[in-house]
Amino acid sequence: MNPSYLFGVYQPGTSPLHRAWIGAKVGGLAAFSLSVVLVRSVEAAFVFLAIAVLAAAVARIDLGLLLRSLRPALVAAVIFAGIQWLLYGPAKATETLVDLVALALAAIVVSSTSPVNAMLDSFIRWITPLRHVGVDPERVALTIGLAIQALPGTVALAVETRDAARARGVRHPRAFLTPFVIRVVARAQETGDALHARGIGDD
Amino acid sequence: MATIELEAASVAAPGADGDTVILEPTTLRLTEQRIGLIGANGSGKSTLVRLVNGLVTPTSGRVLVDGLDVARDGAAVRRRVGFCFTDPAAQLVMPTCVEDVELSLRRSVRDAGERHRQALAVLDRFGLGAQATLSVHSLSGGQRQLLALAGVLATDPSILVADEPTTLLDLANTRRVTETLFTLPQQLVVVTHDLDLARRCDRVLVVEDARVRFDGPAEAAVADYLSTVPL
Repeated sequence: MNPSYLFGVYQPGTSPLHRAWIGAKVGGLAAFSLSVVLVRSVEAAFVFLAIAVLAAAVARIDLGLLLRSLRPALVAAVIFAGIQWLLYGPAKATETLVDLVALALAAIVVSSTSPVNAMLDSFIRWITPLRHVGVDPERVALTIGLAIQALPGTVALAVETRDAARARGVRHPRAFLTPFVIRVVARAQETGDALHARGIGDD
Repeated sequence: MATIELEAASVAAPGADGDTVILEPTTLRLTEQRIGLIGANGSGKSTLVRLVNGLVTPTSGRVLVDGLDVARDGAAVRRRVGFCFTDPAAQLVMPTCVEDVELSLRRSVRDAGERHRQALAVLDRFGLGAQATLSVHSLSGGQRQLLALAGVLATDPSILVADEPTTLLDLANTRRVTETLFTLPQQLVVVTHDLDLARRCDRVLVVEDARVRFDGPAEAAVADYLSTVPL
């Protein structure tokens, strides 16, 4: 297993979180995320981080894998925290940094203890009543599943594009961002073609 | 075997300076089990095979698969025609191997447990049983292409279209994927630059400048193609 791609990848196991009902996990993640956003204090941020770390420990996710898969989220969190520092000072920056890490950690715990297809089945069950108002549950669930899966694929594209820029000795951010955006769009089109070819969305 | 028919099917792309012809009007009836397409990059091979699955619809003319019009009966055609792309990374859309195969089975197998069992059986058949719960990103290039094939063939289509399935693979994986393709019971339509692979086909089309330049037995087709390639 390439550790960079733990995000969104189910890790088989027998922990209580692996055995927990998916509805409880997804609902818990939603409630957790909402709380992180709504409760604004540095102390609360550390409490949320502690809860996420505890969940990861209960799920028995390998620590090394966890830290490496957190790295992309950590980089983004540091950038956002830096902006917050400039605008609002160190306290706000710390809160932002810890909140984002807690959210990423909680998301990793849920995605690594829940098979995506099982999550899709649950989503479909929950939103099936909306079929009466024109919502296609299969399509909505697939969109959510693809969003989860897109994370590791996009990270892989980012790493490849960065390496290509380095290999050419180019350091300017545009040398990374322009080909990265083009590749992400191209991959999205290819994925659309692949789904179409597999007849997914036909029914 | 299934029957693929192109009736004066052409493809053009609109542009600022008028339409660009990607495939000239083409009439073909394909009934052989192994059909190869060879030709230069950009000659129109991929467009031609994409017509068979409905990924591309003809600008004029018709494409029929077992009598079903690809433009009108797209969903029914796609149940009969599986499509394997050059780059499996674009085709694998679920995080783990078993989940990706399960995605293909969602339409036909409603019970989640049964779907999982069938997906595992398909992976075993393609020698990927041990990788079932691994990330699709952790597989080698050859394993990814085999997984993409497994995902397509899980639904048991009667035709498999493969667009340069070995182009990104090393020699060992090229052989492995080729052997897999040529032991399938399905009708195979394969675009390739591998002339050894093309020679194993029952019928080979040489595509050049948006038209089929040669259509016939493999050896004669390969000889014709080689005669057009400058040294």
